[in-house]
Amino acid sequence: MYSRAYKTVISLPPLLWVGIFLLLPYALMFAHSFWLVRDGFIVHDWNLQNYAKLLQNPIYAQVLFRSMRIAAGVTLLSLLLGYPVAYYMSFHAGIRKDLLYQLVIVPLWVSYLVRGYAWKTILGSEGVLNGFLQYLHITHEPVSFFLYSPFAVVLMLTHIYTPFVFLPLYASLEHIPRNLIEASHDLGASPRTTFLRVILPLSLPGLLAGATFAFVLTLGDFLAPQLVGGPSSIMIANIVQSLFGTAYDWPLGAAISVLILVLTISLLFLAERLEKRWSFR
Amino acid sequence: MVLPVSARAKATRRSPLLGVCTLAVFAFLYLPIAVLVLYSFNKYGVGGFPPKHFTLDWYRQLFRDVSIWDSFLNSLLVAVAAVVLALTLGLLAALALDRADFPGKSIFRRLVLLPLILPGIITGLSLLMFAVFAGLQLSLLTVFLGHGTALISVATTELFAGLQKMDRAQEEASLDLGATPWQTFWRITLPNLKLSLIAAGLLIFTLSMDEIAVTFFLIGRDNTLPLEIWARLRRGITPEINAISTLIFFVSVILILIWYRIRTRSIGKEVHELLERP
Repeated sequence: MYSRAYKTVISLPPLLWVGIFLLLPYALMFAHSFWLVRDGFIVHDWNLQNYAKLLQNPIYAQVLFRSMRIAAGVTLLSLLLGYPVAYYMSFHAGIRKDLLYQLVIVPLWVSYLVRGYAWKTILGSEGVLNGFLQYLHITHEPVSFFLYSPFAVVLMLTHIYTPFVFLPLYASLEHIPRNLIEASHDLGASPRTTFLRVILPLSLPGLLAGATFAFVLTLGDFLAPQLVGGPSSIMIANIVQSLFGTAYDWPLGAAISVLILVLTISLLFLAERLEKRWSFR
Repeated sequence: MVLPVSARAKATRRSPLLGVCTLAVFAFLYLPIAVLVLYSFNKYGVGGFPPKHFTLDWYRQLFRDVSIWDSFLNSLLVAVAAVVLALTLGLLAALALDRADFPGKSIFRRLVLLPLILPGIITGLSLLMFAVFAGLQLSLLTVFLGHGTALISVATTELFAGLQKMDRAQEEASLDLGATPWQTFWRITLPNLKLSLIAAGLLIFTLSMDEIAVTFFLIGRDNTLPLEIWARLRRGITPEINAISTLIFFVSVILILIWYRIRTRSIGKEVHELLERP
């Protein structure tokens, strides 16, 4: 139906733009990871030294594992918070469904910084929570472990990513044919059995998609540790950030970025494969 | 579908425990923001309990704060430009994914959507290296390039969904009756996508105004609003930051709700997945 010229005109500009402003920059990142800094200049001297450094110095592995632990914590908590809400809205909310849906969509898109800052004012040593605890005479002096700990990072990012996890979960619950659930009830399965053997397996693709979002986005976060985390919760992206800033070693920073990128893309790829296998279509 | 009464009763059975859990999660999502708003009226500091002496002083101070307003104007400029860029390329990308076949199409689709799921630091840094490679000074221009390019992902998914809902018969009729593809695009395709374009534009505008992770690496001398706030957080915080955050929150909520309304009108109420795969 559409002419060849039409097809060329619609495909060429986005292809070119994406090639120049996405593909080329990612390629440059790869290239940098094989270069070196000598006397304060980046030299295009192709080698694997940056990757060797990552393997030799245990600090990088330590921080990477810490980031993965934090990401796993955020993922788990977001699923624990997101699932009941998605389930309630899909099966019990009735006419309030639309309103509740909007109530989740809003925090999904509202400013990361505003929500992160809110946690900073709550968890700080002079913060609202400490003030509240002293007001109730539960504690008598400011407790500092709320702010500047990995716990604070997990809490803040769980708050940010729960709506991200909710959305695909809810979509997958909404896609479950209702007659399957009725069939399960009619054949005498208890609600528990119906949940475990019908609803949960059919919601796995959404669960997986949500978990991937939360994990991947947390893994590359560098703002939360600075807002509420402190030195004990430095994450891998913070190291990259300092290598691109004061430490001035772009090639090494690029190598870590490539590591994050590869990790992210493999996770996305794996999730897509699994989702296809588990999908009920 | 007609259900037997017993089944319907079971399907919508009340479940108080689940309701309480849901309520608790919503409290978790909104309580921090409520606290933030409350303390923007607090005379003495951003913390402590209970808040005492309510005042509008912080808002007065905010409205006199020149660097906040300068950074706001910078953000506005970047966001408007990013909306134009992302919508133009996102529309073409959505059309291409919908109706053209070319080698590497599935790779192109993944690549366009990548910035939506990739941590901002990766997109930001790779564009920083690109800017240096291309000899571009870091400025609002590089920030605009970053936002515009990253948000093509949002425009593409939103407009692709709009295209799927569009009635093809009109386009076919127009082409069959001898209109050129160009005329058909301006007179049929674009007017039909009007609501989707407005909705996508609103969402992209909001996301660009609030963006921080990508901007962080592309910013030159002129700050955007989120980066101005970020810089102040390092210098010790006052409820003035609560006041500007409160305004950002409410403006974002309004924009998002308008986006949602228009979106449901144009592509229906069915739930969307975040990365609805074109």
